[in-house]
This record gives sequence, C-alpha cells and structure tokens, in this order.
Amino acid sequence: MESVRELKELQRLMASMLFRPLDAKWRMQRTTAAGARTADAAAGFIKPNDRLTSFERLEIYNRQYWFRVLDCLYDDYPGLRAILGERKFMRLCRAYLVKYPSASFTLRDLGSRLEKFLRDEPDWAAPRAAMALDMARFEWAQIVAFDGPSKPAITMDDVLDTPPEKLRLGVQPCITLLALDHEVDHFLQAVRKRDGDVLRGEASNAIDHAPKSAGKKSRLRPPRIAKVFLAVHRCENELYYKRLDPVAFQLLAGLRDGLTLDTACALALGGNPDPALAGELRSWFSEWSELGWFCKFSKLQSP
Amino acid sequence: MPANPFNGHTDYGIGIGLRVPHYRHILAEKPTVDWFEIISENFMVDGGRPLEVLDRILEQYRVVQHGVAMYFGSADKLDCEHMRRIKRLVKRTNTPWLSDHLCWGSVDGRFTHDLLPMPYTFAAAKHTAQKIRAARDILEVPICVENVSSYAEYHVSEMTEWEFLTEVVERADCGILLDVNNIFVSSQNHNFDPLDYVNHIPHHRVGQIHIAGHSKFERYILDTHDHPVLDPVWKLYEHAIRLTGNTATLLEWDDRIPTFDEVHGEALKANEFIERVESCAA
Repeated sequence: MESVRELKELQRLMASMLFRPLDAKWRMQRTTAAGARTADAAAGFIKPNDRLTSFERLEIYNRQYWFRVLDCLYDDYPGLRAILGERKFMRLCRAYLVKYPSASFTLRDLGSRLEKFLRDEPDWAAPRAAMALDMARFEWAQIVAFDGPSKPAITMDDVLDTPPEKLRLGVQPCITLLALDHEVDHFLQAVRKRDGDVLRGEASNAIDHAPKSAGKKSRLRPPRIAKVFLAVHRCENELYYKRLDPVAFQLLAGLRDGLTLDTACALALGGNPDPALAGELRSWFSEWSELGWFCKFSKLQSP
Repeated sequence: MPANPFNGHTDYGIGIGLRVPHYRHILAEKPTVDWFEIISENFMVDGGRPLEVLDRILEQYRVVQHGVAMYFGSADKLDCEHMRRIKRLVKRTNTPWLSDHLCWGSVDGRFTHDLLPMPYTFAAAKHTAQKIRAARDILEVPICVENVSSYAEYHVSEMTEWEFLTEVVERADCGILLDVNNIFVSSQNHNFDPLDYVNHIPHHRVGQIHIAGHSKFERYILDTHDHPVLDPVWKLYEHAIRLTGNTATLLEWDDRIPTFDEVHGEALKANEFIERVESCAA
C-alpha cells in the first residue's frame, strides 16, 4: 500500500463487508453483496492466524457493528418495538440501516431518517404502518428534546411593544410539534411502566453479546386511533410531552413556520373566532412563555 | 513521563471514566477523585441534561476529553463540523490534553462506530500523522493517540503495531495514550509478546495510561470493559510505569457498570503498583 487512495480502497472494502447484514443466526453471511464467497473476499485482505480464519476474524467486526447499531435502536425506540413486536422491529431496523447506514459521528442520530424510511417503505411495518410512523416520530422527537439546541427564552413582556401584525416568535428548536393519528403518548407510558426505563449505554469498544431481546412480556393493547396534538419539549432539562388543543397546536405551528402572531392567530381560529377562545389564548401564551417555549425567530429555524 | 508536553505538563493521578449510572452519586456525594475522563462525543450536543451535568462536574473536578470518532486513520479528511464541535467542548472543559484512537472507523461519510485496526504501512502512518497534526493545530491542545485492541491483521502491513504507533507519533510529534489492556488483548489475538510492545515505544511520549478489563473466549479475547482489571494486565501496567514513570492513569469500565465505589476502588489498585515501582527505584 503506497497511497491514501489505496488506504481508502481497503477501508471501503472492509466497510462494505461490515455493513452487510448478519444472517438469521447472527453470523456473517457466506456470500458478499456481489455474490462472491465471503471467505475468499476476507482472505484477500485479512490474515488468518492459528486459531481463526480470515472470515472468522472479519466476522468479529461484522457482528460488533450490527450488535451495536441494533442495540442503539432497541434502546431508542421501545414504543415502536412494542407496536411491531421484537422480530418485526429487528427486520425493520436491519432494512433501515442497510438503506441508511449511520452518517453521523454519534449513535444519537442513528434514528434520524427512520421517519422518512417508514414513509417511503411502509410495508416493513404493515399492517401497523401508520401507527408505527406516529410512534417513530414521537420517539425521535424525544431524542431531539433531550439534547437538542435551545435559545435564550423570550417572554411576552419582551415583545409587548411589537404590534401583532409584525411580531414573529420563534419556537425553541428542541421542541417538536406533532399532529398524530394514534394515542402513542399513552401507549409509550404503558410500555415504560411495563419495561422500566433503561438508560442509554455509553460508548464502548466492544460488544460480546447478540442484540438485546425483550424475553417474555405481557402484551399491551395497541394505541387507540384518535387525533392527538403534542408538543415534545424539555423543562429544566427534564423531558416532557404535552397534549395541545388543536387550535393551540395550529397556532404554535404557524409561529414555528414564521407567520406573524396576527396571521397565526387568524389561521388557527379559522377566521371565525369564538369569543371564549380569547381567554384561552391568553392563558396558553402565558403558559408557553413560562415554559420558555418562545425564542427569537430565525428564518433558518423555520422548516 | 509524569508531566510532559503531551499531557499539558500536568501531573494527574488516577482517574475513572465519567459514566451515566454514577452521575447521581457523584453530584450528591462529591467523592474525592483525581480526575474524570469524559467521552467527548457524549457531550458534543447542543443542549440539555448532558451539558448541565458536565458543567456541574467541571465546577468540582478535573476533566480530560477522550474521543471515539476523530478517526485519525480514516482515509477521509478531518470533518470540519466535527472539529468545530470538539473545539467548542475543549473550550468548555479546558482539557489539558485530548486523546483519541489510532484507528479508522468511517469511510465516505458512513460510520461504523467501531475502532477499526489500521494497516501498518508507511503511507497510512504518514497520512494519519498529518491528520493528527492538523487536528492539534485546530484544537490548540496536546493530543495523545491510543493504541486499540484488535482482532484482525492485514496482509498489506509492513511493520508491527508498535512500530506503526512509533512511526505515527514521531511524525505527528504527539503523545501516546498507552492502553495496556489493549496491548494485552491484541498480544493474545495476534501472538506477540506484550512486553515487546511496551519496551519498543517512545516512553517519553506517553502522556496517559488506560487500564480495563476484558473477556476471554475460546479462540480470542474481546476488549469488553465490563470486568475488573485482570492480573496479566496489572503486570503489564507495572512494567509500563517502570519505563514511563508514574503517568496519569485511568480505568475504563463501560458495560455492566458496578457502583461508583467499586469502580473507583478498582482504579485505585494502581497505587500499589506505583508504590512498588517507586520503592524499587528509590
């Protein structure tokens, strides 16, 4: 090897073999993606020793990769796992990671494209695809709320002098607003109650066991079908999710998307304001402001 | 050496890795610990509880950053966004030195989240050293590179692992984080004498030492960090500090983590070996 180009070729070759999914028995596949014998491909660049063949040495890394990434999704998506069941969840994760291998230095981001994957390939979650999508969005929102960015909060007093037709309020970037078709929030509470909360693992050099499995657990009723509007947020660095009134949701979503306060209110109230809502509006704003949900609006933040 | 340019001329004692299951105990009981090592990537976040905990730890303890994803050995260039995040954390922690692994782990922007062994070639050493120098220039803090445990070797390798390590650190003019457990694990997996490794590296460049536990399987050993340190590793540690001097030492325990006191007690066993070496030298 005499150049960085050759180094890169070697690393590409090895990575392609590590990213190849394990077989049903959690072993390295006998053939490569191109149909060649994996043993021959491994022998081409990995030395055997007196105890292990090239295949077996490479397999240690292949298994470690899959155990690590599957364990990560296992911990991050307990609700999705409960909806799909262990086997279907693992199949989904495997297909997802084949299509979207990690593109981030941190495993924290591993599920960042799961929503897109479930939208594009709902069959992996059939017949509960819609329910699974709701749960995946909800669980990703919690990861964002846990350690996502926040900006200095502004209060209503800070903006009293700006007329509503000119006032744009930002919503904290770590807050996710979700309009869902299933009561996944109640369902996840039931899952957590059943399973007990599990702390996320630390970075470690090696994993010596197959991905976690749930063992025998009592079955839970699937989430009920119902329109649910949620804000997933953090307060004093604790994670919360809060149900919102549909009007409140639309109002917040409008503000998040860059509408002026005036326009967001008009849109949320549907041009036909209920006088009783005026009092509610005041109380919502006061509560959201107290929770620190508002920040300076930035165009970059708006989707 | 105890204090040298590669650990920012500090003289830290025996530390342990800062791990989530111990947060509550540390923050409530404030135990006496020489220093904590943090996994940089766990705190390269934008907000929330991880940074709040870190700030509270920093109020009372000395912290050194240890990374797992700079991948000096990856053929890809250094990731500017990654470096920007590390630098932000360096400013927050004031780490006197920073370490990461002599390995690769990503290619073409895809991450394995593993510490993969390097091919021990001169071309790879030159490229790796250039990246370490570039990282040090950006981060403005001494860098120590850690030898990883490995389970595979490449046909293309042109030298031993310790020759490769030496080639890299001399070219980069950087420090070594000598992981004696990793040396032991690799020595068993690749049939070499671990003393040869420890004897033939530039001892004046060792800025820090790692100790840890491992798991023995029928045909290989895995670096699992889920056990106390085993006797052969302690022996290797003793041999290493005879050559390097009493160097900042850290116990890694990352899985099946017991109580804080148990982990700290295991780390403090290093004192027995330090005292023995010092009494022999006196």
